[in-house]
Amino acid sequence: MSGGRWLGYAARRLAMAVPILLGVVLFTFVLMRLLPGDPAVFFASSPNPSQAELLALRAKLGLDRSLPEQLAIYVRDLARGELGQSLTTGQPVARDLLARLPASIELTVVAFLLAMAVALPLGVAAATRPNSWLDHLARVVITAGVSVPTFVTGIVLIYLFYYLLGWAPDPTGRIDVFIGQPPRVTGLLLIDSLLNRNPERFLAALKQLALPAATMALFAIAPIARMTRASMLGVLSSDFVRTARALGLPRRQVLLTYAFRNALIPVVTTLGMVLSYMLGANVLVEKVFAWPGIGSYALDAIVVSDYAPVQGFVLAVSALFVFLNLAVDLIYGLIDPRIGFER
Amino acid sequence: MKRFWRDARHVIAANPVTLAAFVLFVLLVGLAIFGPALAPFDPIASDVPNALRPPSAKHWFGTDQLGRDVFSRVIVATRIDLTIAVSAVALSFAAGSAIGAAIGYLGGLVDRVVGQLVDVLMAFPLFVMAMALVAALGNTVANIIYATALINLPFYIRIARAEVNQRREAGYVLAARLSGNGPWRIVLGVLLPNVMPTLVVQMSLNMGWAILNAAGLSFIGLGVRPPTPEWGIMVAEGASYITGGRWWPALFPGAALVLAVFCFNLLGDGLRDLVDPRRRT
Repeated sequence: MSGGRWLGYAARRLAMAVPILLGVVLFTFVLMRLLPGDPAVFFASSPNPSQAELLALRAKLGLDRSLPEQLAIYVRDLARGELGQSLTTGQPVARDLLARLPASIELTVVAFLLAMAVALPLGVAAATRPNSWLDHLARVVITAGVSVPTFVTGIVLIYLFYYLLGWAPDPTGRIDVFIGQPPRVTGLLLIDSLLNRNPERFLAALKQLALPAATMALFAIAPIARMTRASMLGVLSSDFVRTARALGLPRRQVLLTYAFRNALIPVVTTLGMVLSYMLGANVLVEKVFAWPGIGSYALDAIVVSDYAPVQGFVLAVSALFVFLNLAVDLIYGLIDPRIGFER
Repeated sequence: MKRFWRDARHVIAANPVTLAAFVLFVLLVGLAIFGPALAPFDPIASDVPNALRPPSAKHWFGTDQLGRDVFSRVIVATRIDLTIAVSAVALSFAAGSAIGAAIGYLGGLVDRVVGQLVDVLMAFPLFVMAMALVAALGNTVANIIYATALINLPFYIRIARAEVNQRREAGYVLAARLSGNGPWRIVLGVLLPNVMPTLVVQMSLNMGWAILNAAGLSFIGLGVRPPTPEWGIMVAEGASYITGGRWWPALFPGAALVLAVFCFNLLGDGLRDLVDPRRRT
């Protein structure tokens, strides 16, 4: 599609993200109001705040004002990046989240790439050879992926690869404590260790990442492979593929250039959904592997009723999700020239 | 009815997996009802000297860190896991189909506004939303049910809305309107029974998901509390012993979970074949 039309589409799509983001903010606001007890206590600097501090905090948080006013104050604080204070770590929630975000991103992105690398070829192969052993394999993987909870997959993998085979390192944390973290540049250990030119650390981080990433990838493979297979099957039976075949084009060109590119369109939508599910599954995987990301941060906070981090986590994940979907839709507009003509 | 049974026989004959899923379903329901009576040991009685014993003739699934019989705990847990899933799915089914059918029939502004709201609701990472809801509402089993019901709601609204919308101007609906039936009567008495099959299929497919969701929440320590036997908690408690090679306290409840979800997914697929033969894959 021409640049101008794509820009128009992008602008419309951006405008659509606004109400969703507002919904996210409203949801976390309502969540805060639903909390049992006094929000001022949750935002206080110590577990046993003095009466004066509570009063000051209530005034600062605006709890003595009307609900619409409170909402306005809440939005203003968010705009300034203030998410409150964590009781457990004693740090501002925003700083905690930023410090732990790279761990979650590294895990999710690696798992996502891994899942795509397996699921796309599997789906295409299953569609081109229906009822072959590959097709059956795809079906088994898809059904298992929908039925096996991620935390069970993680535990099975730990048992197999750590206890029985001894291939994987101790399944706790991001890197062996004796090897130590590389100097922090991006917070992504794989990239930092490469920047640091330290292959030993890179390998250590990769080994530690392998099991949690595989766990999450196994969960993501199912929907991607299912969609790729279904979409490929649909495209392969369409007229333009029959024509391309009848014209005697090489099989490779028919499959990849003609069929796959068209089949990819619904797959990209699925990818966005899968990423969102992965953000949720992150919490479970991080708990199984004691992975120091934002999910385990929120969990630690939930257990001790430390609500500011939970609220910050929900906000961060939802916002992340909205932007990811926005990105997916914008890519969608680039690969499918028909988009932008509608509406 | 006779035709239904003929179709059912045909589907089962063509797909023995559905029959297996149905047998499994009966077994699960049986365990949920009679579980506590069938369990050979008291599921919460600890016996610390016999902690973490591997599976044996006496303890089929071994014992956990407090010496409790894993087999009995897995059996007894069936009831609470199924209860949570069934109540959550029933709630979202009832509310979702009513809302969806109403807006699908009325159309217009209400339809657009509610439709937008549903889209926004679906735009959240649903598991995270359930987590936040339970954390905010309070850590109880009832709240797990409400949270699971709420995150499933959009799916039912969407399906009911689409199905009703398609049939709004169908002959029998027009006939019902012509003979003086009010909108309520048409939606509840005429339209809902017609879209019921599709919704029931969705319910069955949804059950597995609801079980996973509830078990996931209790795995991270929300909802059901120890020492109550529940599959998610049992996996969570057993997980700490897996690195030492003691797999039985975590993997048996995990397997029960997988089996239950698997059963409902297969059953849903079978029901779909029965209700809508065109969508067979």
